[in-house]
Amino acid sequence: MIDELVQLISVSTRELATEQGIDVPQSLDAGTRLFGEGGLLDSMALVSLVIAVEQALEDKYSVAVALADEKALSQRSSPYRTIGTLAAYAAQELSARKAG
Amino acid sequence: MTTVTLITGTRKGIGRHLAEHYLARGHRVIGCSRQPADLDHEHYRHFEADVADEASVKALFTAVRKDYGRLDNLINNAGIASMNHSLLTPVETVRRVMDTNLTGAFLFAREAAKIMQKNKYGRIVNFTTVAVALNLEGEAAYVASKAAVEALTRVMARELAIYGITVNAVGPVPIETDLIRSVPKDKIANLVARQAIKRLGTLPDVSNVVDFFLQPDSGFVSGQVIYLGGV
Repeated sequence: MIDELVQLISVSTRELATEQGIDVPQSLDAGTRLFGEGGLLDSMALVSLVIAVEQALEDKYSVAVALADEKALSQRSSPYRTIGTLAAYAAQELSARKAG
Repeated sequence: MTTVTLITGTRKGIGRHLAEHYLARGHRVIGCSRQPADLDHEHYRHFEADVADEASVKALFTAVRKDYGRLDNLINNAGIASMNHSLLTPVETVRRVMDTNLTGAFLFAREAAKIMQKNKYGRIVNFTTVAVALNLEGEAAYVASKAAVEALTRVMARELAIYGITVNAVGPVPIETDLIRSVPKDKIANLVARQAIKRLGTLPDVSNVVDFFLQPDSGFVSGQVIYLGGV
């Protein structure tokens, strides 16, 4: 599940980077830093990525998932630090939706 | 490119008028209300949804994204009023009014902006009331909810500017709709007396201001509240 989500987020990140002219490394993986220190995205691009990932999740799993989070912009505990943390957060939200 | 316009509260009153107005101008119009609507037009699609219910709102926007692929305009018209002295207002009424007027407007603006930001273009029009500017007594919960909508308008205007999305609000005076039918005549007369232009509003008075906010040329106008009647 996590691998699948890392893949999905990597694809969304690459699409967004192309659209917005952001430089990204050749290969993206769970360790790729998205936001905060050394991150690829500024806050505006992060917002666009979170929205794109929400929509991709909805298209793939047919559940509406909200990835907005109170801790979004906190550097230490933000789920948006890396592709891996975002994937873990998405997995958690997805299973909560499915259980609900 | 056909303009796609989403209007909340289209079953009757101002929302119904706006739906017909923009259909006549060739927009694809998506409407919603808690009950079915009898507006039948090849370019109109109706959703039954409670605007304050996040799951229904998200389902509506999923359909918009999949079926239309874009959204140009959102008109956050749905609203309920409560005409009561604050000392005679049950807390449940306060919650209901805040839920529909503030939470509903928030949810629609948030979800609309998610679609609009992709095209770097969008127009969001919220509904307030002259009762906010007049601090009208007898409508504390309603006025408070609309004051919150004005604040939301100004803050979201700043947050969404970078995406080419404008957020403005129109504040009508009383108009002959269901919303004011239950209000005593003398209350309406008192309110009209406090306007610079002393008459009831009309539906075209409202759509005229909405037209202005929606124009592509109005891209430099955001975070503004326009009251009718010279208030």
